[in-house]
Amino acid sequence: MATRQTASLARLMRAPAIILLLIWMLVPLGMTLYYSFLNYNLLNPANTSWAGWFNYQYFYSDPAFFESIWNTLVLVLGVLLITVCGGIGIAMLIDKPIFGQGLVRILVISPFFVMPPVAALIWKNMIMHPSYGVFADIAKFFGANPVDWFAQFPLLSIILIVAWQWLPFATLILLTSLQSLDGEQMEAAEMDGAPALSRFIYLTLPHMARAITVVILIQTIFLLGIYAEILVTTNGGPGFASTNLTYLIYRAARLNFDIGGAAAGGIIAVILANFVAIFLMRAVGKNLD
Amino acid sequence: MGRITLEGVAKRFGDVEVIPPLNLDIEDGEFVVFVGPSGCGKSTLLRLIAGLEDVSDGRILIDGTDATDASPAKRGLAMVFQSYALYPHMSVRKNIAFPMKMAGIPADEQNRRIEAAAKALNLTNYLDRRPGQLSGGQRQRVAIGRAIVREPSAFLFDEPLSNLDAALRVGMRLEISELHNRLKTTMIYVTHDQVEAMTMADKIVVLHAGRIEQVGSPLDLYNAPKNAFVAGFIGSPRMNLFSGPAAAEYGAETIGVRPEHISVSPDSGKWKGRIGVSEHLGSDTFLYVEDTGLAETITVRSDGEVNLRHGDTVWLTPNEDKIHRFDKAGDRIA
Repeated sequence: MATRQTASLARLMRAPAIILLLIWMLVPLGMTLYYSFLNYNLLNPANTSWAGWFNYQYFYSDPAFFESIWNTLVLVLGVLLITVCGGIGIAMLIDKPIFGQGLVRILVISPFFVMPPVAALIWKNMIMHPSYGVFADIAKFFGANPVDWFAQFPLLSIILIVAWQWLPFATLILLTSLQSLDGEQMEAAEMDGAPALSRFIYLTLPHMARAITVVILIQTIFLLGIYAEILVTTNGGPGFASTNLTYLIYRAARLNFDIGGAAAGGIIAVILANFVAIFLMRAVGKNLD
Repeated sequence: MGRITLEGVAKRFGDVEVIPPLNLDIEDGEFVVFVGPSGCGKSTLLRLIAGLEDVSDGRILIDGTDATDASPAKRGLAMVFQSYALYPHMSVRKNIAFPMKMAGIPADEQNRRIEAAAKALNLTNYLDRRPGQLSGGQRQRVAIGRAIVREPSAFLFDEPLSNLDAALRVGMRLEISELHNRLKTTMIYVTHDQVEAMTMADKIVVLHAGRIEQVGSPLDLYNAPKNAFVAGFIGSPRMNLFSGPAAAEYGAETIGVRPEHISVSPDSGKWKGRIGVSEHLGSDTFLYVEDTGLAETITVRSDGEVNLRHGDTVWLTPNEDKIHRFDKAGDRIA
């Protein structure tokens, strides 16, 4: 800003949007906070009363509570690991000039356009189903017993489905980063005697650090709230083996009609998300400078 | 040692032959400059020597051994790129250390060489900075430092000064020449700037459309250009070339006279003309003479004191000993 007048004018012009965003954020947060201290059940809404910390105690003492937090973290980390590693690999493959490059790139990106419940249903009924899924056919072809994915490895199955959905996003971001890598740098490293693996470690990876950080941060935001894939496949089970925090809140609100308990869970989820965010910014945030 | 021999080396991209088969000998310790207009294949030729491109035909010998199929790293050559190609996320020290790290040289030997290179290139105070925090000239020196520490048998420079401003370019030109005097290592230097070629080279290779037009010392090329292309390319300002009756008088299709070999007189001489633009540089004056009937303009280099202005009528007289004659094919008539 050139002058003090334009600076204050700019602040004035920005204000409506910022105030609107603030209200948009503060009102739901405030209401959730408020409800989390109420005895408020939709089965008996007339009997709403002040509950103090009871909802938090109740949610905390839920046998599924710690398991769901653990599942949430495993889900986020598992999907991040698969999408970042896989994304780097696929991006490097489709960065090379090949026949039908345009078509290959569109196909690679297409899973991102499939909405989550549809994708999860396709995986459930056509790929991982123990009697007529593709995996079962493959297992039978090799003479092995088909795996009942959602019964035996419920969380892993959901990680695979979500990773499949997010792999295109990671690939796309990493590919653009890869394409901006200076060819002369690679040639210089080649002349310096660096074999392909060293060039990858010392040049490609550091060059992609910023893009990898973006992928991790954006995906984490969305992965903390994974819900649809669990609902249409395992329903959080067996037991609580595939229940994450979001799904636990859903159970409280929509199956038990306990608005107060769900709100308390929501606040806990917000706190967890902030912990994860602080941890992530400490770990990888410096790449964004 | 750094003796490089090209035997029938050719390069084709699909059907397009960018470099027809050519032979070239580069002696150990020579400073060789590849010069030519852009697109003449000089960078491609350098990349063939470096091993960054595969030759389509012929052999490349380095110190007598066939290196045609050797990987770039195995050839023992170091290259300085036009964009410097520094590793942006590494400090200057790590940049310089990188080739030694890859070669598995012990850490204390690495440090000794880094310190020596940094001292020679005035980089000691910048070793812990990133390339992004350096000026163009400093980046250039880091790139050279990275090449030096490998102790290569030859240095390859790909238009290293083209990203620098004019003043810095003159300074770096001197530094590279001094470096060559000190190291006495073979250097191959690619440029489109004939001034760089003339000032730095032991041997100039003039390239045109992938072909070698002439190989020789700077003065050979200046005094006896093999053809009209070399004549027009080497020397600044450019040689005046004209054909027609004035050339026929000398029994040639085209004749060339350098601007410095034409004398100017206000009242008598061989060719009459009118001054278009005169550029006063102090030490010299460049006169662009029009309406001579020979060529559109004739450039004349006169001394700095000459008092001629736009529109003045002048008479030009070429130095008869310094007239270059070329036949129909553009080749020199001895």
